[in-house]
Amino acid sequence: MDFSLTEDRRMLQDSLTRYLTEQYPVEHRNKVAYDLPCHDHAKWDEMAELGALFALAPEDAGGFGGSGFDINVVFEALGTTLNCEPVLGALMASRLMTKAGADQEALLSGATKYAFAVSEVEAPYDPAYIECSAATSGDGHVLSGRKTSVYGGQVAEMFLVAAKLDGKLAVFEVQAADANVVSYPMMDGGGAAELLMDGTRAKLLIADAAYAVQDALNAGVVALCAEAVGAMAVTHDTTVDYLKQRKQFGVPIGKFQVLQHRAVDMLTEIEQSRSITIKAAAELGGADATRYASMAKNMIGRAARLIAEEAIQMHGGIAMTWEYPISHFAKRLIMLDAQLGDTDFHLTRIMNALKAA
Amino acid sequence: MDLNFTPEERAFRDEVRSYLAENLPEYMSDAVRSGGELTKELMEEWHAILNKKGWLATIWPVEYGGPGWSPVEKYIFEDECCKAYAPRIVPFGLSMLGPVLIKFGNEEQKKTILPRILDGSDWWCQGYSEPGAGSDLASLKTRAVRDGDEWVINGQKTWTTLGQHADKIFCLCRTDPDAKQQEGISFILVDMNAPGVELRPIKLIEGGHEVNEVFFTDVRVPCSSLVGEENKGWTIAKYLLTHERTGIAGVGFSMQSLEEVKALARTVRRNGKPLAEDPLFAARVAQAEIDLEAMKLTNLRMLYKAQQQGAPGPETSILKIKGTVINQELKDLARRALGPVAAPFPGHVTDGNLMFGPEDTANNAARYFNNRKTSIFGGSNEIQRNILTKTMLEL
Ligand SMILES: Cc1cc2nc3c(=O)[nH]c(=O)nc-3n(C[C@H](O)[C@H](O)[C@H](O)COP(=O)(O)OP(=O)(O)OC[C@H]3O[C@@H](n4cnc5c(N)ncnc54)[C@H](O)[C@@H]3O)c2cc1C
Repeated sequence: MDFSLTEDRRMLQDSLTRYLTEQYPVEHRNKVAYDLPCHDHAKWDEMAELGALFALAPEDAGGFGGSGFDINVVFEALGTTLNCEPVLGALMASRLMTKAGADQEALLSGATKYAFAVSEVEAPYDPAYIECSAATSGDGHVLSGRKTSVYGGQVAEMFLVAAKLDGKLAVFEVQAADANVVSYPMMDGGGAAELLMDGTRAKLLIADAAYAVQDALNAGVVALCAEAVGAMAVTHDTTVDYLKQRKQFGVPIGKFQVLQHRAVDMLTEIEQSRSITIKAAAELGGADATRYASMAKNMIGRAARLIAEEAIQMHGGIAMTWEYPISHFAKRLIMLDAQLGDTDFHLTRIMNALKAA
Repeated sequence: MDLNFTPEERAFRDEVRSYLAENLPEYMSDAVRSGGELTKELMEEWHAILNKKGWLATIWPVEYGGPGWSPVEKYIFEDECCKAYAPRIVPFGLSMLGPVLIKFGNEEQKKTILPRILDGSDWWCQGYSEPGAGSDLASLKTRAVRDGDEWVINGQKTWTTLGQHADKIFCLCRTDPDAKQQEGISFILVDMNAPGVELRPIKLIEGGHEVNEVFFTDVRVPCSSLVGEENKGWTIAKYLLTHERTGIAGVGFSMQSLEEVKALARTVRRNGKPLAEDPLFAARVAQAEIDLEAMKLTNLRMLYKAQQQGAPGPETSILKIKGTVINQELKDLARRALGPVAAPFPGHVTDGNLMFGPEDTANNAARYFNNRKTSIFGGSNEIQRNILTKTMLEL
């Protein structure tokens, strides 16, 4: 057993974390995150140069990573600095392109931004209920339907779209220029888009894609969990620092035992979250990947809410302000639950497995 | 034991309900339902409507223009207002300063200030908290020094709710720095337009502007601005904090939230069926409903006791703690029901016609975040527990 990172991953973690802390700190992030395009082109390029995207794909697909642990390293670094660049979309698209054996040099270098359009208003979490449909047209295909909450869609040049073709889930490439893309910043920062298609030109990428889509979603879940672990750790550290500094009734509020114990409970949940995320990362790509991804996302949903709400409460009014970074960490931690399946959705999956056993 | 309201109380409820049906403009209830920020004009207009009927200053005695209601009648009125989605009455003048002046003010103050609260001439805000004095309010530092027939004020207040609309602010100021903390504080009224008063907005977590910092630099107000006795301001502050506690559970607002969550559970479709058929989500709603049902009765039991005893007791801290937690849970459920479609930043979607969820749901995530304040202000839930520990448990 060895819980240490390999030399390569440690170097990536160090360089990415240092870069983001110095060049893309939360103050800058907050300037970028809440107004379209919710994206800093120059910094995106620099992040790609550091390997933030190449780390997401295996060597035979042109990257230098691609395992769950690589994803963890990248996204935990993003989480500690609350980064809002569209890396999640790039990750899920890369998983699909690896499965399809497609050339993804443009994606991994950051030159072309990809997003994965999978959620729908009435099927936000479960791809089995996707209604968006494809039809053949000449020697290609056309897509119709609405995709919702396409993370990174506000700047994507290329969408990978999950749609039904002859009743089966398939994945298509759709050029942003060919579809109606309605963009918006999100409550917790970062951008997304609604993708409105009506006989929109599309190129088939994967015909029988249920497995590939699930793999992309599992990778996305691992990424979100790692991001949350990073964000939770910073939130907790900041809260504990504040407990030491803030004085009321003549003593640091950290002297009040009720707050001490709650800060310890937060720590416990973060350690548990870190563990389940490592497990999900280890299983990614394997036969039980979906099960462990669900376990992780369920626990993260619960823990992240606890950390966010307790951090605000134990800070008092100051964490209710836009100016204080913890409010933004808290928003991210809460809203992340509604990405790629909330805590109830993933719990249901574990419950159903219980029935089947 | 009889859980029914008396025939008179039921008749009163009918009267309130039909009054609201006739007098509450639809555009106001729509604005309240949407959960966005209300404009100053809207709030003032609603105050004016209620004032015409004599129902604005719900807790003032009749001689000062109040309706003379019992605690139960006041409860019924607030309950019906919530059901009708009426705007909340802005509390600073009506529920805070008004009762203080009636109890501690001199005749001149009552005569000049109370009518201006009623007719909307003055919008008041509350200047208690400071950057260094939150839960430990008695450590406040803003200084007021006597100079001839004036007070000269220096210092800073913060978290001043709706200070951007205010004409006046009532402040706790330190007037005797050598006395024990609680004994050197005075309650002083200040004109927001006086030279030396500066207001700076604070942007909240969800992006809204409802609180402010207020800075005082050599602000001069006449000596007559002192309410009650010099250095006895803490008594007034305590009176205020324990006086107006019956509405503290926010039961009516939680009922609104519960109805909204139920409506969402029925209309939001997820994975081929209404969300209400998802057993996990249904369990969350059911649990919140059970908690709220109990809270309604807990609230009424304490109201009844207050009516019997003439004043609410320390047990009302239970209402604050549990009431805010239930409401926060319901706000969480509304956001949860919408899932990812709650994510767009309200008002920032480039195609304004695009629907993201059922109507009026755009502000759900913002409301969830904004509502975290309720367990922090008005005496945080930790402070409420300290109060209960001392007074009820005597630990
Ligand atoms: C949106 C909003 C609106 C507000 N409006 C107004 C207004 O209009 N006018 C006004 O004067 N004030 C207003 N307030 C201020 C509010 O009353 C204070 O935020 C509150 O008193 C808490 O103070 P604080 O924020 O400084 O937190 P702190 O007092 O610093 O508390 C930080 C944390 O420590 C805990 N804590 C403190 N002491 C103890 C203890 N002895 N034991 C255990 N735990 C403890 C607190 O519960 C909290 O969790 C508002 C606040 C907010 C957020």
